[in-house]
Amino acid sequence: MGDFSRVETVEAAKQNHEYTQALTDLLFQLADDDFILAYRGSEWLGLAPHIEEDVAFSSMSQDMMGHAVMFYEMLEQLGVGKADDLAQLRAADAFRNAILVERKNGEGDYNNDPHYDWAYAIVRSYVYGLHKQVRLEALLQSSYVPLTLVSRKMLTEHRYHLMHWQVWLKQLANSTPEARQRLEAAIEKVWKDAGELSQLGPNADSIARYGLIAAEDELKQKWLTLAQENFEKVGLVWPGEPGVPAERGRHGQHTAELVQALATLSEVYRIDPAASW
Amino acid sequence: MQTQLERSNLTENEKMEAFLARIDRGEKIEADDWMPDDYRNQLIKLISMHGISEIMGALPEKEWVPKAPTLRRKLAIMAKVQDEMGHGQLLLRVAEDLLAPLGKTREDLMQDLFAKRLKFHNVFHMEAPTWADAGVIGWLVDGAAIITQSMSLDTSYAPYARALHRICAEEKFHAQHGESIVLELAEGTEEQRKMLQEAITRWWPSLLMFFGPPENGTITSNQSTNMRYKIRTQTNEELRQAFLKKYLPRIFHLGFTVPDDTIYFDEAKDQWVYQQPDWEAFKEIVKGNGPRSAHRLNLRETSYTETKWVRDAIMAYGRHVG
Repeated sequence: MGDFSRVETVEAAKQNHEYTQALTDLLFQLADDDFILAYRGSEWLGLAPHIEEDVAFSSMSQDMMGHAVMFYEMLEQLGVGKADDLAQLRAADAFRNAILVERKNGEGDYNNDPHYDWAYAIVRSYVYGLHKQVRLEALLQSSYVPLTLVSRKMLTEHRYHLMHWQVWLKQLANSTPEARQRLEAAIEKVWKDAGELSQLGPNADSIARYGLIAAEDELKQKWLTLAQENFEKVGLVWPGEPGVPAERGRHGQHTAELVQALATLSEVYRIDPAASW
Repeated sequence: MQTQLERSNLTENEKMEAFLARIDRGEKIEADDWMPDDYRNQLIKLISMHGISEIMGALPEKEWVPKAPTLRRKLAIMAKVQDEMGHGQLLLRVAEDLLAPLGKTREDLMQDLFAKRLKFHNVFHMEAPTWADAGVIGWLVDGAAIITQSMSLDTSYAPYARALHRICAEEKFHAQHGESIVLELAEGTEEQRKMLQEAITRWWPSLLMFFGPPENGTITSNQSTNMRYKIRTQTNEELRQAFLKKYLPRIFHLGFTVPDDTIYFDEAKDQWVYQQPDWEAFKEIVKGNGPRSAHRLNLRETSYTETKWVRDAIMAYGRHVG
């Protein structure tokens, strides 16, 4: 069985099938979360409330996409498949992202009559960002050493992203009645899904047992404590325990909105996946 | 302060003479310096059009950002289009400083855009129906932009020159990004090559139009004002020839064609002889009546209008804490 408390390399990880399986499942959750939300961010391009924000938002989506690429490449190194294929050729039921990240930005298509909801963009990015911060910090202690290294790298970028969304939250919470109302409606919507973020899916037990990341409850308590502190600080009503969506994203159950997103993001690649692009 | 006071005692004619002498000496003008109205107006027209073109120029590529075919391409095109928005921001700030003494703001520019009073480059009114169009935009449209912008690097208006130095450095990466997409398609499958040839054919007239109508010996009053003030130094035709000299051999070298059967290089005159695009169509396009003008203006106007509450909220927050 061997000691899996500190796994330095891909080869070492592959010594144990159960370990590899747990690691693979976790990496898909990490990669798919960042990938799909970065895609949603890229749909906002050119539509943000002002040009400065367009530049900032786009830069953060790009960083997030970069993080997804790092996770997909780790999967590639584990022999799961080519990173581009993993990102673009899997069916929706092979995706392990939380439902929160796949929800569309609002009504309409990104290129055809979009009516996007900026309040939802802020709250989703903030909640996701806060959870991601907690998750990356937990990954610093992961038994899989390559994962600790990429997490450290991502954290340096991610702190600025989170700060950005915190500023937005504070500003909108203390501005006009309309903004406040929109913000509260967005919080309510995000809260219906947010409880799923810290779930680790069907392999949760072995993911925790192998010390790949902290247990679900610990992750959940950490981000909720931080969120509650911040909500109080900016003067927002604490919405309490977050809910979970009907679909279980970590188990491969998804909405039609993900199916649509995957069709769009892989449209060109699917013309000929064997070709060089 | 002393010189400011002395200047204020000068007559308008004397100020103008002093200003032209500065231009002739190759001095650079700063935002707070005295400048004649027509200099200011030309700059506003030029820089706000350039700035808004960067912003509207993000929209055709935006269509392909979520669809870019590989993870690397997704990252690259996100970075590229973000840069374009950044250029727009940089230029609008330069324009805002020029507009301030006239009591105008960025909001006026946005409203001018929606009312089609503020024009943007002809190329961004056109359709970009395939991934190859994203490549051609990066390679040839950005390539054309580098040529016109490089000419203005030495412009007499210092804030514009500073912005352009930054922009040109980034544009070179964009042209490489576009070239990389194009080369991959050019060396690719039959289907990829076909897609690329169609895109080049589609963009050809727009690329010729990009530099504006030829002067045929007579330059417009706008152009002569701009040249007198050293805002720009080359004519439309000189810029177009520079573009053709740089890119036509590359297009041919890759085994592609342009939709012009009679095009040839006249060695004696050292210039390409080409069929003129439809300049009447050009006028309509830049007026905002191109194939995608309404769609893109609508995209921008809808999002701008629907996020007004956000800008209002930021203002209110500023008052709240300030």
